[in-house]
Amino acid sequence: MIAELGNFALIAALMAALWQAVFPLIGAVRQDHAVGAGSTNSALAQLALIAFAFGCLTIVFAQSDFSVVNVVQNSHSAKPFIYKLTGVWGNHEGSMLLWVLILAAFGAAVAMTRDGSLKFITLAAQGAIAAAFIAFVLFTSNPFERMLPAAADGMDLNPLLQDPGLIIHPPFLYLGYVGYSVTFAFAIAGLIRGRIDAEWARAVRPFALAAWIFLTIGIAIGSWWAYYELGWGGFWAWDPVENASFMPWLAGTAFLHSVRVVEKRGALKVWTVLLAILAFSLSLVGTFLVRSGILTSVHAFAVDPERGLFILGILALAIGGALTLFAVRAGKLQAEGAFQPASREGALIVNNVLLVTMTATVFIGTFYPLFVDVLTGERLTVGAPYFNAVFAPLTILLLFAMAPGAVLAWKKGRLGDAFKQATPAAGAAIVVIIIALWMTWPKSAAAACAAGLAVWAGGGALIEFARRIKLFSAPRGSLAHIVGLPRSFIGMTIAHVGIAIVVVGAMGAGVWRTESVRLMNIGDVISVSGYEATLSSVNELQGPNFVSETAIFTLARNGRQLAPIVAERRYYPVRQMQTTEAAIRTTLFGDFYLSVGERQTNAGWAVKAWYNPLVFWLWFGAGLLAMGGLVAALPAPVRKRSSADATEGVPA
Amino acid sequence: MSRLFLYLPLLLFVLLAAWFAIGLRHDPSRIPSVLIDQPLPAFSLPAIDGRDNPLSSDDIVGQVALVNVFASWCIPCAIEHPQLMKVAAEEDILITGVNWKERPGDGAAWLRRLGDPYALIGDDADGRVAIDFGVTGAPETFIVDAKGRIRYKQIGPITEQIWDADIKPLVEQLQAEAGQ
Repeated sequence: MIAELGNFALIAALMAALWQAVFPLIGAVRQDHAVGAGSTNSALAQLALIAFAFGCLTIVFAQSDFSVVNVVQNSHSAKPFIYKLTGVWGNHEGSMLLWVLILAAFGAAVAMTRDGSLKFITLAAQGAIAAAFIAFVLFTSNPFERMLPAAADGMDLNPLLQDPGLIIHPPFLYLGYVGYSVTFAFAIAGLIRGRIDAEWARAVRPFALAAWIFLTIGIAIGSWWAYYELGWGGFWAWDPVENASFMPWLAGTAFLHSVRVVEKRGALKVWTVLLAILAFSLSLVGTFLVRSGILTSVHAFAVDPERGLFILGILALAIGGALTLFAVRAGKLQAEGAFQPASREGALIVNNVLLVTMTATVFIGTFYPLFVDVLTGERLTVGAPYFNAVFAPLTILLLFAMAPGAVLAWKKGRLGDAFKQATPAAGAAIVVIIIALWMTWPKSAAAACAAGLAVWAGGGALIEFARRIKLFSAPRGSLAHIVGLPRSFIGMTIAHVGIAIVVVGAMGAGVWRTESVRLMNIGDVISVSGYEATLSSVNELQGPNFVSETAIFTLARNGRQLAPIVAERRYYPVRQMQTTEAAIRTTLFGDFYLSVGERQTNAGWAVKAWYNPLVFWLWFGAGLLAMGGLVAALPAPVRKRSSADATEGVPA
Repeated sequence: MSRLFLYLPLLLFVLLAAWFAIGLRHDPSRIPSVLIDQPLPAFSLPAIDGRDNPLSSDDIVGQVALVNVFASWCIPCAIEHPQLMKVAAEEDILITGVNWKERPGDGAAWLRRLGDPYALIGDDADGRVAIDFGVTGAPETFIVDAKGRIRYKQIGPITEQIWDADIKPLVEQLQAEAGQ
C-alpha cells in the first residue's frame, strides 16, 4: 500500500513538472504574471509530492518490506537500522529518487524568488528537466516495483556503502550536480530573453554558489571516505566517477569567476552562458557515466545500457537543445565595456582559460578509453600518471596567476604594481620552498615548489585583504573595515586560502608520504616515519551483519607511548564481501595510517603502514573553500543592496 | 564569421553524443585479448635475483604451459598463490612465472616465504615482456599450447572455481590434442 502511494505521488509529480514546464512560458509570452505565478505553485507542489514519495520509500525500507524488489536487492533484516534508512539512496533507484527530490527542492527555491519573466522562464526550463528525470525514474528505475511472492529476506547493501561517509556523500554530490540545473535553467532563460546582464548575474550567483558549495563538500567527503574506508592510504585515484564529480566542479568554479565579470563589467556574457550550460552538462554526463556502465569503475552500482540510452536521450535533448539555443541566440548578447588585459577581469579570463583547460584534460583522460574502444576495439585505462602529468603544470600556472589576480583592480590595473604588492607572498613562498625541500629531500622538488606556489597564491589573497582593511596603514580601524567589506570579497579570500591549503595537503598526502609493508605476527613491530606500531592482539568479533577480525596495535612515536589503535577487516556473509577499516591516528601535521590484509598461512598478517603528512589539510582546506562560498553567498548588508538596486535600473 | 563559432559547441556535442551512442553498445567488462590464438611473443628473460632458472619463449614451446605474471608487491597475487601451489603439486603442467617490475631480491624473498610453484622464472624488471603480452595488471595468466600459441588469458587471480571450471578442462583438452 505504502509503495503504491509513493508511486502515485511520483506520477502526480510528473504532471506538476509538465505543468511547470509549459505554463510559465505562456505567462512570459503573454506578459501575464498570474499565469506565470501558477508555476510557483506547481514547483512547490512538485516538491511536496516527491518528498512524499521519498518518505514512502523510506518507510518501506524501515519496515524491511521484502515484497518490494528494491528493498530485497538492497537491504537485509539484520542490517543496522540507520543503514536501512540510508540504504534508501544507496542503490540506483533510490538514489535517482533522491536526485529528483533535490531537483524539486531547487525548483522550489527558484519559485521563492522575485516574480518576473526571468524567473518564469527559468522555472519552465527547470520543470522540463524535472519531468524528464521523473519519467526516467518511473519508467526505467521505479523503486516501488513489487515482487510477489515476497522474498524471505534481502540481499543486503553493498558493505562498502554501509558507512557514515555514505550517509552524507551522495546527497551532497547530488545537491551539487542538481544545483547546476538551476544555473543551466537561468542560462536558457537568459538566452530566450536575449538578456544576460547584471540582474541575471545577481539572480544566478546564489544558486551557482550553493551548487558549488555542495559539490565541494560532496567531493571532499567522498575523498575522505575513500581515504579511511578503502584501505589503500590514498585520497584521490582519478577514478572515472571521481572525475565525473570533479569536472562540473572545475567548470562551476570557472563560472563563479566569470559571472563576476558579467555582473561588474557587463562582459564575457557568451562565455559565461556557455559555462553555465557546460557545468550542468558535465553533471549530467557524470550521472550518465555512473548509471550506464559506459566506463567501468568500482562506483558503478547500476550497470545497465537500457537506462544509459534513456539518459542519453535526456542528455541529447537537454544539452543539444541548450547548445542549439546558444548557437542561435548567443550572437545577440552584446558586451558593454571595453577590456584591459591587465585588470581583474583580465585575470579572471586567465583563470577561466586554465580551469576550462583542466576540465578538458580531465574529460579527455576520462573518455579516452571509450574513444579508443569505439575506434579500435582495444580496451585500456588512463591512470594517475597521465592526470598528474597534465594536471600539475596547469595547477601551477593557476596558482601562479592567483596572487596577481587577487590584487589587480577592476577595469584598469597595473601588472607591475600587482606583482610589487604581492612581493611579501613571494618571500614567504621562497621560505616555504626551502623548508619543504630541506624536510622532504630527496622527494620531488616539484612538490616543494607547488607548496611554495600555494603559499604565493594564498598570500596574494591575504595581502589584498590586509590592504583593504588597512591592517598595516590603520590597524585600529581594521575590524570595522572587515564588516564593511563586500561578502564576495571576504568569501574569495577564504576560498583562495582554502585552495592553497588543499594544494599543500595534496602534496603532503600524495607526494611526501612514506610507507612500509611487512608480514606481522603478534609482537612484531612495523615502523614508518618515527612511528612504531606493535601488533598486540587479533580478535574475532561478531557485528550485526558482519564478522570482524580486529587487530589491536600499541603505538609509539619517537619512543613516546600513544593510545593503541585498532584496524579491522570485516566480512559480510550475505554479499560475500570484505571491507577494511583502517587504523588512523590523525594529527595536524600528518596521519599515521595502518591497514591489515589477509592472514598468510603461518607467516602472519600482511600489514601496510603509511605516514601521510598534512593529509588533514586537505579536508580543512576543502572546508575553508565551502565556507568561502557560503560567506560569498550571504546577502549583502541592506545598505549596500539598496544602492546596488538603484544603479541596476539604468539601462545598459 | 564569429556567429559560426557559436555553433562549435553544438557540433562538438553532436560528435560526442554519436560517440557515446556507439560506445554504449560495447560491453564494458569485456577485455578482449588480441593475443588469443596468436603465437607467444618471443622473449628471453634472465633469472631473478637469487634464482638460476631463467625463462625464454623457447623453453615454453613444445608442451602445454602456464605463464603467470606476478609480483611480490601485488596483493591479489598473494591471494592467488596457494592455488598455484596446489596446481603445481597436483597437476602435470609446466608452470612458469614472469616476475613483473620487481626490485632485485624481492621476488625470491616472497617465494621463499610463500613457496615456489614455478619451474622457470623470468625477471621482467622493466616490464617490456609484460607489454608484449598485453598485461594490464598483475596477476595475469596465459595458457600456451604445445605449438606455442596463447589459448587462454586470465585477468586477476586464478581461484579454485576458475581453475576447475575453465582452465583445467582446457589444459586437459590441449594436452590431449598434443598427445601428451
